[in-house]
Amino acid sequence: MTALVERPAMDPSHSIDVEKIRRDFPVLNEKIRDKKLAYFDNGATTQKPLTVIYAVQRFYTTENANIHRGVHFLSQQATFAYERARGRIGQFLNARDNSEIVFVRGTTEAINLVAHSYGRPNVGEGDEIIISHIEHHSNIVPWQMLCEEKGAKLKVVPINEAGEFLFDEYEKLLSERTKIVAVTHASNALGTILPIKEITALAHKHGAVTVVDGAQGVPHLPVDMQDLDCDFYAFSGHKLFGPTGVGVLYGKKQLLDAMPPWEGGGSMIQRVSFEGTTYADPPTRFEAGTPNIAGGIGLEAAIDYVNSVGREAIAAYETELYDYAVEAIGEVPGLRLIGTAREKVAVLSFVLGDIHPHDIGTILDAEGVAVRAGHHCAQPTMQFYQVPATVRASLAFYNTRGEIDTLVKALHKVNEVFQ
Amino acid sequence: MSELRELYQEIILEHNKTPRNFGKIETANRTQEGYNPLCGDHLHVHLYVNGDQIEEISFEGSGCAISKASASLMTAAIKGAPVAEALELFEHFHQMLTAEVDEPVDDERLGKMAIFAGVREFPMRVKCATLAWHTMKAAVLDGQDPVSTE
Repeated sequence: MTALVERPAMDPSHSIDVEKIRRDFPVLNEKIRDKKLAYFDNGATTQKPLTVIYAVQRFYTTENANIHRGVHFLSQQATFAYERARGRIGQFLNARDNSEIVFVRGTTEAINLVAHSYGRPNVGEGDEIIISHIEHHSNIVPWQMLCEEKGAKLKVVPINEAGEFLFDEYEKLLSERTKIVAVTHASNALGTILPIKEITALAHKHGAVTVVDGAQGVPHLPVDMQDLDCDFYAFSGHKLFGPTGVGVLYGKKQLLDAMPPWEGGGSMIQRVSFEGTTYADPPTRFEAGTPNIAGGIGLEAAIDYVNSVGREAIAAYETELYDYAVEAIGEVPGLRLIGTAREKVAVLSFVLGDIHPHDIGTILDAEGVAVRAGHHCAQPTMQFYQVPATVRASLAFYNTRGEIDTLVKALHKVNEVFQ
Repeated sequence: MSELRELYQEIILEHNKTPRNFGKIETANRTQEGYNPLCGDHLHVHLYVNGDQIEEISFEGSGCAISKASASLMTAAIKGAPVAEALELFEHFHQMLTAEVDEPVDDERLGKMAIFAGVREFPMRVKCATLAWHTMKAAVLDGQDPVSTE
């Protein structure tokens, strides 16, 4: 079976000074039940560097006003700052045009927006939507709802035991009936990276568009929209060291241009009369109401932070830390890693004997170790492995080998309690 | 660690390992599904209710040690008991778990179930301990829809 992902070549000399980085994240100094915090729940949300915290604080302290409204000074400042943030996100994603960057609340809203504004006009009875077996519920349910409404069919690309996307099977599912291919860039439950560029190229051959759930991809992987050539890409700011409540939908200009609005209200109009309303151009068309202005500005600060550390350096560091972690937790008796794809982001999903992940999570917490225990909003993935839940340690570039050692020690303690 | 010991007491670990009344009962005339969507704990409680009496009770499913031990101890506690008594015990158990941490525990009324008092230190786990009880209650009251802790 083919796994078509290639990671960009990494220069190991591009290492990062992790102790220096940790000083930028105040929460990492917190004590949890008198223990030093070891935060491994980055897949759920990442911690925020001071630059992000200060950017939000600065906005509310000195710049706060509504955008695209007043002619007064602060409103202009706020509008400028918000649009500058959009521009920075556009650069970060290598979009062709800033109008391709739509601010949303998060990945979930972005996918729902596409299902609504692209899906409804373009998917009809008998059409097909393809997803993968390892999607987050937020990249399953909106498509199920759309299929139900339109009488379309949802097709699921299977995975192998390692948790890898079966490209050959995907190819077989594609047909002229396929209208949308919605896949994750990296699985939140397993860490598997999907070959977005190849998936997209093949989808385009069949006249389908691709929608990529980038929630777990953006923090770890190169996100060059022109290179990937996907049609839509969604991510959340808070998983990229930014604030909660802000996210991004990237959409190709010609697609967004043709799409009807998502929500109606202020900002998204050109002209309103009781006889009818004409809508604004993208991205404004999809941004009804006052947005999360401080969130957008905070997200810009997060992107600046990530760029200052260096995307390649981060990827190299995380890969090295992940390899160390896999070897270290391999020593824990009874531990089984779930998801062993060749190409993974730094996510360790595992079970330990027949001890339930929630019990593991509680005992780890008593040691100051924060992990996620549960089904990770990916129940079909859990069903594939026939486990009700897993423990997930998802790494970020501020994690250290010392913290991995703490995790391993705590896992031994779990075995002790449940011997 | 002392709070952890309080949570994972020997009896709880033992019931987790060898749960009592685990499986189906052929004579069951009530079956109820219980589900905790946040964490995925999922079980079925089967009952044979004869008049006002719970003559048989069993459970099956998957969940954490707390949910399993709680289900096991519950079945042991109310097997053969009048329905009214089971519902009363539910109230006492539920009250204990939702009370403040330093609230004294009424051992006499709760019997063995008092060992779950330690769960109060772990608010996220309270639903694990109460899932089987909510499910039993719904079964006794003949609910049709699956019980959810949400």
